[in-house]
Amino acid sequence: MSSESVIREPLITGGKTVHDVTEDISRRVEEKPTKLWMLAMTISLGLLAVGAYTVFLLLWEGIGMWGLNKTVGWAWDITNFVWWVGIGHAGTLISAILLLFRQRWRMSINRAAEAMTIFAVICALQFPILHTGRPWLAIYWMFPLPNTFGSLWVNFNSPLLWDVFAISTYFLVSLIFWYIGLIPDFATIRDRAKNKISKSIYGALSFGWDGAAKTWSRYETVALVLAGLATPLVLSVHTIVSMDFATSVIPGWHTTIFPPYFVAGAIFSGFAMVLTLMIVTRKVYKLEDYITIQHLEMMNIVIIITGSIVGVAYLTELFIAWYSGVEAEQYAFLNRATGPYWWAYAAMMTCNVVSPQLFWFKKIRTNIAATFVLSIVVNIGMWFERFVIIVTSLHRDFLPSSWAMFYPTFVDVGVYVFTFGLFFTCFFLFAKFFPVINMAEVKSIIKTTGEKAK
Amino acid sequence: MSNTKFILGVYEDEDILLSAIKTIRTAGVKIHEVYSPFPVHGIDDVLGYKRSKLSIVAFLFGVLGTSLALVMQVGMMGVDWPMIIGGKDFIPYPSFVPVIFELTVLLAAYGMCFTFFIISDLKPWAKPRIFDLRITDDKHVMAIDLDQNKIDVAKIDQILKDNGASEVNQKTFDEA
Repeated sequence: MSSESVIREPLITGGKTVHDVTEDISRRVEEKPTKLWMLAMTISLGLLAVGAYTVFLLLWEGIGMWGLNKTVGWAWDITNFVWWVGIGHAGTLISAILLLFRQRWRMSINRAAEAMTIFAVICALQFPILHTGRPWLAIYWMFPLPNTFGSLWVNFNSPLLWDVFAISTYFLVSLIFWYIGLIPDFATIRDRAKNKISKSIYGALSFGWDGAAKTWSRYETVALVLAGLATPLVLSVHTIVSMDFATSVIPGWHTTIFPPYFVAGAIFSGFAMVLTLMIVTRKVYKLEDYITIQHLEMMNIVIIITGSIVGVAYLTELFIAWYSGVEAEQYAFLNRATGPYWWAYAAMMTCNVVSPQLFWFKKIRTNIAATFVLSIVVNIGMWFERFVIIVTSLHRDFLPSSWAMFYPTFVDVGVYVFTFGLFFTCFFLFAKFFPVINMAEVKSIIKTTGEKAK
Repeated sequence: MSNTKFILGVYEDEDILLSAIKTIRTAGVKIHEVYSPFPVHGIDDVLGYKRSKLSIVAFLFGVLGTSLALVMQVGMMGVDWPMIIGGKDFIPYPSFVPVIFELTVLLAAYGMCFTFFIISDLKPWAKPRIFDLRITDDKHVMAIDLDQNKIDVAKIDQILKDNGASEVNQKTFDEA
């Protein structure tokens, strides 16, 4: 009698061959834009145009167009900034940390997740740039460039400056990591191209890639080292973002729990956004064999873990506020939960702490519709988290006579809409003209984890 | 004007390819290079390639980034324009850590990647030798340079076929 050990669930289903991978993914780049894509693009460009008008108003009239007042000096701008940066984190987690852990399920989703990272960081960058009011002067306010004031340098004690370095490094490193992964796939499209124009465009994009074993060997070293560099980098980025608050002396902000709590929250919201985008992409591009229910389930498990870490962090904050014995700190948290912004706090708690717990049920975490809805709920919750932390800590400050409420203006909303337009325009362009799945990496696992593997 | 003539063995499967490389090399045939659509695990060993030193390059660029960040911050805050900020030292080292870390990572990553582009001749205007259009699809191609081998063409043909090549082709590149 012979017995055979159980084989793991295949990561790529449908009995795909290596050639099928090329066909399925490249076809999307080669085909004419579909009506659905045109529609999606029109909507995104519409959002971008409406948003661009409010950005114009903001720059023309000044930052007074935002609903800020002298008590609440930071509101939607930094809420949106932190929200977008957080979303970006999932891409790097998938491509870098999961590469170090040798998690092969990352291979079907890393390309799109990294693209999402880059576009989300671009959206995030709009806020610090626009909040300067005169972005054309911001280059030497933000970077240590020689200037005619003496030279008067930037202040390296400031966490806001650390943020400038962290976000720009994060953007640049993610960009080159993503691009190096794209080179072999661009070469695939180059070699399949029928007309001269696309042959020369993808030829230039593929940097003359020929698939030599020597180059592949170097490529793998580069990918591994980049993953090693990007792992501490991604953890540092949201740590430094959290220091924008944690190094201040505002009750509700200066807590030492912020760095790990922000990083967990970032990964939590990022995975939710990856799910939202991938569920739609896999449906429209018929990629069900590449992004299987198993992939979605893995991502949902990451959401339960990070969601629970975020939940524990919320409770720890409340406990420490009480335990510290500092009245101002205690009041800041009491005001958050029961003050005029109680509804934002309740929304945050429901969306971030309660709703992801539904994923403990296998039926729910393997259900596509439920996953899609919950992924959006999580990102609503994470937006409220940042709003709660920022606005409720500020609006009742040290002097009760200056207590105020924050009301967003249409410019606040418009600039947020602008970043949505920007994000989706970039994402749809990516989905049409770039291979959405890393073909080379998926091909390398077909033999060992495909359905025919034994 | 020189002609470079290659014999190409086309392989369908990476495991057959790996064992073929071994036997062909022991038979005394010099392999110019093997081209694959994806990284084949263990191909460096059978081809006798040494591990890439790019990680050392990354480290050195990282050290450069660390030093530059330190020199920049100490120079600006401590030497060029010292200012009292919240009663801190003119050179507050703990405040310098984040920027030092970021510039270390930035220079290590970009230094390594651009070194990779240069040594592998990857650039937008590169004109690569395309041995077979199917290399970037699903075929592995072993290229044998006829100038480097004194063995008879027919014999190399036979060795390739005996070792699992699904096709054997010839390709000549005219290079000025």
